[in-house]
Amino acid sequence: MNQIPAILIDGIIYSSWLFVIAVGLTLIYGVMKILNVAHGSLYALGAYAATAFGGYWIAHGYPPLGSYGMLVVAAIAVGLTAGPLIERGLLRLVYGKEEVVLVLVTYAVFLILEDLTKLAFGVDPLSIPQPYGLLGSIEVGDLIYPTYSLVLVLLSVVVGVGLAMTLNRTRHGKILQAVIHDREMAAATGIDVNRVYLVTFTIGTALAALGGALTAPTISVQPGIAAEVIVLAFAVVVIGGLGSLGGAALGAVIVGMVRAWAVHKWPEVELFSVYAVMAAVLVMRPKGLFAVPEARKI
Amino acid sequence: MAHVGAPRWLMGLFLAAVLTSGTARAQEPVRIGFVTFLSGPAAGPFGVPARHAAEAIAESLNAGKGPAPHNARGFGGRPVELVVIDEAGGTTKQVSEFRNLVERQNVDYVIGYISSGDCLAIAPVAEEVKKITVLFDCGTPRIFEEASYKYVFRTRPHATMDAVAAALYLLETRPGVKSYAGINQNYAGIDQNYAGIDQNYPGGQDSWNDFTMAMGVLKPEARVTTSQMPKFGAGQYGAETSALMQSGAEVIHSSLWGGDLEAFIMQAGPRGLFKKSPLVLVAGEPYLHRLGSAVPDGTIVGARGTNGVFALDGPLNSWLRDIYRAKAGHEPTYPAYSAANAILGLKAAYEKAKVAKLQRAIPMGANRGVKEETEKAYASGPSDEELIAAFEGLIFASPSGRMTMSLGKGHQAVSGTAYGTTRLVDGKVTVTDIKRYSLEKVQPPEGMASADWIKGGMKPAK
Repeated sequence: MNQIPAILIDGIIYSSWLFVIAVGLTLIYGVMKILNVAHGSLYALGAYAATAFGGYWIAHGYPPLGSYGMLVVAAIAVGLTAGPLIERGLLRLVYGKEEVVLVLVTYAVFLILEDLTKLAFGVDPLSIPQPYGLLGSIEVGDLIYPTYSLVLVLLSVVVGVGLAMTLNRTRHGKILQAVIHDREMAAATGIDVNRVYLVTFTIGTALAALGGALTAPTISVQPGIAAEVIVLAFAVVVIGGLGSLGGAALGAVIVGMVRAWAVHKWPEVELFSVYAVMAAVLVMRPKGLFAVPEARKI
Repeated sequence: MAHVGAPRWLMGLFLAAVLTSGTARAQEPVRIGFVTFLSGPAAGPFGVPARHAAEAIAESLNAGKGPAPHNARGFGGRPVELVVIDEAGGTTKQVSEFRNLVERQNVDYVIGYISSGDCLAIAPVAEEVKKITVLFDCGTPRIFEEASYKYVFRTRPHATMDAVAAALYLLETRPGVKSYAGINQNYAGIDQNYAGIDQNYPGGQDSWNDFTMAMGVLKPEARVTTSQMPKFGAGQYGAETSALMQSGAEVIHSSLWGGDLEAFIMQAGPRGLFKKSPLVLVAGEPYLHRLGSAVPDGTIVGARGTNGVFALDGPLNSWLRDIYRAKAGHEPTYPAYSAANAILGLKAAYEKAKVAKLQRAIPMGANRGVKEETEKAYASGPSDEELIAAFEGLIFASPSGRMTMSLGKGHQAVSGTAYGTTRLVDGKVTVTDIKRYSLEKVQPPEGMASADWIKGGMKPAK
């Protein structure tokens, strides 16, 4: 098989993974103007929860296909617990402060969650490899790809399209957009902004956890995975433009394709290829490719 | 005749004070800072097993249950106390932690460091603060090849051995590795026919460089098909797997470790990569227990020495296995052996220095009483200078076999090593076709840099 199709397929698979882990980050920033450093820890929590829920399911001999459901349940469980807890318990107290304060607060949450996961799950790597192989594999030329990876691509499309439809075609989406454009004006029209924040942060948390839960069958879940992911997720959303859903998608595709190309064609530069692209984009468009224009308030 | 000097009663009081202080000090523990990964990716496979081993060994030695020649209680009669520190956090943090161990925790010695980067950062600091430091698990040969240290020792062989022995084993078990004339991407002048996937950290680069150089000498017609260097902790290896599959490599050398190795095996295994291109894992032994049947059949594995499954039966090995199993609940892997080598090496040097000190102090023909009193007075153990003199060039017995401190002006240990191939037998992974290599075959002689030795044809040290 020619290298080009392999680069395309590998790039698409990696891009879809990047999009799933980054979309929650850009959603939270878009609505709440919070650069959530704890996003990586929520991803890790999702992965740990997936090993716990999925492991329980498989260990008790339930139908193996149900383990996919457990991955989703794990993500929702993390979203519904950690999301409101962080938003109501901490972020609510610092709304209105400068963005850098919010970044520091979420960084503190990141550190706390890192230690909490160690306390809860230990430092030994955990794994739940069964869902990765259950669906078999597909031959593409001389290469074999797990069906799981291709399902992940579809799922990322579903998540992206679903979010875009919700934002643009539903009443809740319109409310969200109103808050994005002008929080004070939205509040003046009777929108419960605090509730919008709570829902948004919970959904963002669930998306981070979903990224972790879907990744868990392909990796060893262990301390340290949060830091790796948050750096990549930042690169993706910065390239696309903070707060832009389309930007996150495009950023993920650019990073995924560049990395796949580097691995196949020029492995020596793979290490910094992602950041080279990010630097190049920021030189040309300092606020990213799809930065949302901000209205100047008088 | 007039009496000059101190009165007899004062001399007696002074001697009593010395003996009392010596006796009291004999009960004082030897405090050892033990630095190992307790969190992060290296904790599970390396750091925590090393900690389990260190604690189990300290407890056993303190109870006087160590086998000969390490059967003296603790260190020369003094109990051992470990101050365990997490190695995670990077070199800057580790330098601070090291200074804290020395200046605030007042440890007598430091044993530690799995990361080659940490070892490279700590060695000059140990020299600066004059604290005897035993590097127990990091592999980079650069420690003593690029510098000379008085206070730093390493009780495991450096990683050149792992790469050279891997090449020797590969060519002995697969002499038909195909030869291709071609262009090498990274290593001009060496034509090879295998692929590599190594983490982009000093150990990974060193391992790959040594392996390619050794293969270049042993099988110059072989060519490198691709060399992947993913970021440490990358987690996703889909593109690397495709590139390796398309490269047509017959074998894949890898020094990946921790979660990265596990993720790579989990992702590439179902894609059939290892059926086409078996793995050569220079540090794969710890994963035999962790991954079990997921370890691809036919994987060539090493244990960075005759450790773990490659350790020969004997009282010391049985002792380590027993106390480790009791502590951790499973068999010890090579990091546990590395920890054992460091503690037992330091203990052997300490006791050798103490004996030498006593021999110097006890006058010829002294009676038993004088000998006993002198031993009490010297119970506090040797000075750092005395211990260093005893440690340099020391030969000591360990669960891995005989360790000889013969490189790095007597500060770097050497030993033989072994490699084997995994086979799945009744669903359980076992290691077969074990081949052992003497230290002369896999390590450079004193005073010669590893790279020069390999390029020069790896002539056995005389």
